[in-house]
Amino acid sequence: MAFPMSLSRLWNAWPRPWSSPCLSQVLSVLFCLLLLSALAGPASAAIEVHRFDNPVTQQRYQDLTDNLRCPKCQNQAIGDSNSPIAEDMREQVVVLLEDGRSDREIQDYMVRRFGDYVLYNPRLSGRTWLLWGLPAGLVVLGALVIGLIVRARRRAAGQALSVAERERLNALINRERTE
Amino acid sequence: MKRRLLLLIPLAIFVLLAVFLYQGLSLNPSARESALLAREFPDFELSTLADPEARVDESLLEGQVSVVNVWGEWCPTCKQEMPQLLALADHGVRLIGIDYKDTRAKAREFLTTYGNPFEVNIFDPDGTLGFDLGVYGAPETFIVDAEGVIRYHHTGYITPEDVERVILPEVRKWRSQ
Repeated sequence: MAFPMSLSRLWNAWPRPWSSPCLSQVLSVLFCLLLLSALAGPASAAIEVHRFDNPVTQQRYQDLTDNLRCPKCQNQAIGDSNSPIAEDMREQVVVLLEDGRSDREIQDYMVRRFGDYVLYNPRLSGRTWLLWGLPAGLVVLGALVIGLIVRARRRAAGQALSVAERERLNALINRERTE
Repeated sequence: MKRRLLLLIPLAIFVLLAVFLYQGLSLNPSARESALLAREFPDFELSTLADPEARVDESLLEGQVSVVNVWGEWCPTCKQEMPQLLALADHGVRLIGIDYKDTRAKAREFLTTYGNPFEVNIFDPDGTLGFDLGVYGAPETFIVDAEGVIRYHHTGYITPEDVERVILPEVRKWRSQ
């Protein structure tokens, strides 16, 4: 119910370039964003979170369940899904954490069973080099293009007028003025 | 002329990207490689559906090629899959069931209603063996060779076409190894 209403409000409140932006508009946009985030809250609250006595372990559990992907779902972390397999995986994370395993060992444990699919942060391997390398490659490419443009402009600027050309230019300008 | 050709670079990049991304549209997002292939069947020690006192382990899978099917009474597609499994059994394929997250009473009723193609059913009420097999939903099917190594992993329902086109050829292939 509240969702379409907030959308229309967002639309009305959106600053339009043809009207002057005023504070109330900005405030109502902020209000709508707040409303939307409040709507998103209850969805994750339904999933039971395991409580550890040790805050460090609690944080590790949080990070692990946020970064392991549910194999049954298209795009949900196991900490964010209530599918039975996500529940089993969370339970297994608890067991392994209490067993004193490292984060890496727990991730390996899941990958051995469910494949690389479960890692939201894919590891660097023969299959993933393009994934990791492409952004860096694009940055290098961009730097190259910028370098080429800068060089071309510099070269153009370097071709200044000779003394004779400047005199002729001045003569032309002066003639224009006196006419 | 050379400068003009340089202007075509963005178009070339666009075409390349378009072809690449267009291919992505036809991929099945739930299809993925199994992490279990060419690995030994995981160690386990569980009872059978027929006998709570019995104990079976991974040695059950050694000696001949087996088709291992993960099923449960609660799983609607498993019911639709039963005729295909019965057909496989008729072809002389050795079928081992894993009764996944189920109760004995319900599972037995299921087999009475839909038929029992299985030589043995491993009873896995907590889904521990299923977890070690990377099962994330029933039905799932594995082909295990005579050495107890997993050779094929089928997620989801086996269609009547799959029996002839995929499962039987795979079983024959691993039998002849």
